[in-house]
Amino acid sequence: MASYLASVGMEVHAELSTNSKMFCRCPVAFGGEPNTRVCPICLGLPGTLPKPNKAAVIAVLRTALALNCKIAMHSIFHRKNYFYPDLPKGYQVSQYEETNPIGYHGYLDVPMQDGTLHRVRIRRVHLEEDTGKLIHLPGGGSGVDYNRAGVPLMEVVTDFPPDITNPEQAKEYLATLRQILIYLGVCDGKMEEGSLRCEPNISVRKETDEKLGNKTELKNLNSFKSVSLGVAFEVRRQIATIEAGERVVQETRGWNEAKEASYSMRIKEAENDYRYFPDPDLVPMEFEEAFIEELRASLPELPHVKRERYQSSLGLSPYDAGVLTSEKELAAYFEETVAMGGDPKLVCNWMTGELAKLLNESGQSITETKIRPSHILDLLKLLSSGSINGKTAKSVFAESFQSGRLPSDLVAESGATQISDSGAIDAAVQKVLGAHPDIVAKYKSGQTNVIGFLVGQVMKETQGRANPPMVQQAVKSALET
Amino acid sequence: MSSHLESLVDLSAVDLGRKLRSKEVSCQEVTTAFLDRINAHDAKIGSFLALNQEECMSATKEAQQLIDSGEGGALCGVPIAVKDNISTKGLETTCASKILKGYIPPFDATVIKAVRRSGMPILGKTNMDEFAMGASTETSAYKIAHNPWDLERSPGGSSGGSAASVAARLAPISLGSDTGGSIRQPASLCGTVGFKPTYGRCSRYGLVAFASSLDQIGPFGRSVEDVAELAQVVTGYDPMDCTSRELGPISTKDLKNGSLKGTKVGIIKETLGEGTDGSVKSVFESAVSLLSQAGAQIEEVSIPSLNYGVTTYYIIAPAEASSNLARFDGIRYGPRSEGSGHVHMVEKTRAEGFGKEVKTRIMIGTYALSAGYYDAFYVRAQTVRAKMTQELNQAFSGFDVLISPTSPIPSFKLGSLMDDPLALKVLDFCTIPANMAGIPGISLNCGFTSGLPVGMQILAPQCQDEKLLQMAYCFEQTLPTILAWPDLG
Repeated sequence: MASYLASVGMEVHAELSTNSKMFCRCPVAFGGEPNTRVCPICLGLPGTLPKPNKAAVIAVLRTALALNCKIAMHSIFHRKNYFYPDLPKGYQVSQYEETNPIGYHGYLDVPMQDGTLHRVRIRRVHLEEDTGKLIHLPGGGSGVDYNRAGVPLMEVVTDFPPDITNPEQAKEYLATLRQILIYLGVCDGKMEEGSLRCEPNISVRKETDEKLGNKTELKNLNSFKSVSLGVAFEVRRQIATIEAGERVVQETRGWNEAKEASYSMRIKEAENDYRYFPDPDLVPMEFEEAFIEELRASLPELPHVKRERYQSSLGLSPYDAGVLTSEKELAAYFEETVAMGGDPKLVCNWMTGELAKLLNESGQSITETKIRPSHILDLLKLLSSGSINGKTAKSVFAESFQSGRLPSDLVAESGATQISDSGAIDAAVQKVLGAHPDIVAKYKSGQTNVIGFLVGQVMKETQGRANPPMVQQAVKSALET
Repeated sequence: MSSHLESLVDLSAVDLGRKLRSKEVSCQEVTTAFLDRINAHDAKIGSFLALNQEECMSATKEAQQLIDSGEGGALCGVPIAVKDNISTKGLETTCASKILKGYIPPFDATVIKAVRRSGMPILGKTNMDEFAMGASTETSAYKIAHNPWDLERSPGGSSGGSAASVAARLAPISLGSDTGGSIRQPASLCGTVGFKPTYGRCSRYGLVAFASSLDQIGPFGRSVEDVAELAQVVTGYDPMDCTSRELGPISTKDLKNGSLKGTKVGIIKETLGEGTDGSVKSVFESAVSLLSQAGAQIEEVSIPSLNYGVTTYYIIAPAEASSNLARFDGIRYGPRSEGSGHVHMVEKTRAEGFGKEVKTRIMIGTYALSAGYYDAFYVRAQTVRAKMTQELNQAFSGFDVLISPTSPIPSFKLGSLMDDPLALKVLDFCTIPANMAGIPGISLNCGFTSGLPVGMQILAPQCQDEKLLQMAYCFEQTLPTILAWPDLG
């Protein structure tokens, strides 16, 4: 079999988390009874006019800046004309790709599993409005829900020829982009609710060919897993098609999650003629340099910068830095705890260890848990002062996780503080040695490894509260006198 | 009915307002007088598509309260007729098209809100060319409108019903819309005053769009003062329309403070060419000499790009219309034709719902925007439009106002131009430039030929609407006055 190269262009649509829709004041939210978040404007009633949502424009500007794009200082909305029942006006207000999208010529450095960065060039970032949704009615026939119609939608498109050449890159690109959108607070990133939608364009060609092969566009990818599975499937399918001596048909294909296979949706014989033209109901957007610079300066620290900083100035491992920056809230939690005086490495250990475990078991998120940064600090203090040992710390932490009470309060109440009083420890040691003369004899005959058993018994005698190094020392000296 | 009430319909809107405020008449008497006249005579004119009798009478009560509390403005209690492409909450708005039969808007256009706030009862919705596409009101899907001066002739269009209702004294005042001359041309053919404000001075919110970059709502009246007062009511910045200008309402404060002495008036040479009827030219020229005698400094000015106005207009307007009219698919409102699957259903709905002229323009516009033709048609048309705007602006550097006949011909026999679409479209020759350049324009009567009114158009630079109305008022004082409006028997 010949060797093949794959090319994957990524078209990502992100619903912006604005309070209201793109051109009217209807609220933006997921779900709800059909047609309850509509008004004459988003229903396209005759005579209505669009009134642009500034927050949406700013969200796209910020995204474009975060994706290292150039900004069109003069940007216009176009009408994309086509008929479909979910499109109330018979056209979608969008931006024509050839001219003046808000952001263009950017790039995204995507961290790969092997630690390298893969640069994906961004062709454009533009703003448009979402359509409604067709609903197949149980009794037959179709209905349209326009709740989603007019929700601001941002489109991020990778450049051509594609920089993405395999399913892993496709998945990581999407994950990195999603993370940035969430960090910026412009999109909630929920793929399962459709607020982040990804449509890869996939083609393969023989290694010896210069020209890209016929591409297929893949729709209905509702998770990261389906993105990598879908791209991998298409690459395999297209290679098999060519190997069988057939041509890859240029078409739109759907992804069947259950069957893990793509299916033909519609054949694209020619490019649709959308008769784009500048929307005469909207005036051009003019951006001033100073305003753009202000936005650029106010961008939050982005995940890759944070990751780098956690490693270089806080001394975390690349893995830990990656985990803590994977979610904006996790990083914020970590930074708050460190700012309050927590040792970065210890805070990280507790967050990625016990806390992560408990969150995972309970299904809670970092913003929901009763464990706040102050709890972590309190616990670290108990440990560093030697008031409790590591074992006690874990059980106190678990209790604190349940009740939300401070570890120091719990410890004080239960008397669970560590026993570091040598008299008390010596008494316990004497008791244990007296109870196990056989073991003591073994030690004296040279089997010194039995000391572990004796130490364990002393810990048990003190309900685990004894200071372990002191116990070790006390047992040893008692045996050797 | 007493003659006292019959004579109410002869009064100008401003005089009616005055009599209402001085309590010589009541709002109810005024509105009833017009409704009675409509019921008695509109069958001959065809200026109304729908009457609003009940709601109109309850609006008179509110108007009367405003007057009684001393809060009524110049037009409070004066009833108004509204073109059927302006959305009126609770009142059918069809654009004279079958595709909107039965459509009742759930909201008021911004101008309608203003009209209601001012205490102007809405008599009904006026006849028009379907979706404002036409210059004779003959493309209305419902009925033909007749010119009150000669019932066998057209009142012009597309706002033919709004013009005819005012000329026939079925309404004291009305609102129309102007995309290429649709206020000024019917005003000219019916002998009324018709004013298209600067693009953006009057909100388009609620005006069913024909060509968004050209459409503008404006008033009809039997005097410049009436029109100016209504302009003051309906204009002003509207945050719901982002093409609206951030300027206040058109002020009538200095309406009567102008003078013709020393005013520089430019006659647009291109509008007096071969295409303009000899009778129109001679009425226009006599009017010009009156202006000159009154002290106006009159000179000819050439604006060569105007010769491309009609061609350019018939690219830009249909292009925008093809997109604006895409929403009429029978899915959310309006009649729906049965079809197998949504594509077929939409096709049938549109095939059955739109008339021939509308379909023709949708096809022209779709073609002009299509890939491969876009640059040659739409982009080039926009280039010519920019050139025309620039030439007009340049002309204004030497003149206060520019004038021309409003229509190259007086009112024509109904049916006579329907088979000659080109002849009908050339009627907009003089009026199109104002829409292209977004400048204000007004038409007022300047005389008669064979018993038919002839209109003069006055144009002013962008946003000089007040100046334009002031000049129009001076012209009106100088030009012959219409002493007797048509008697409908």
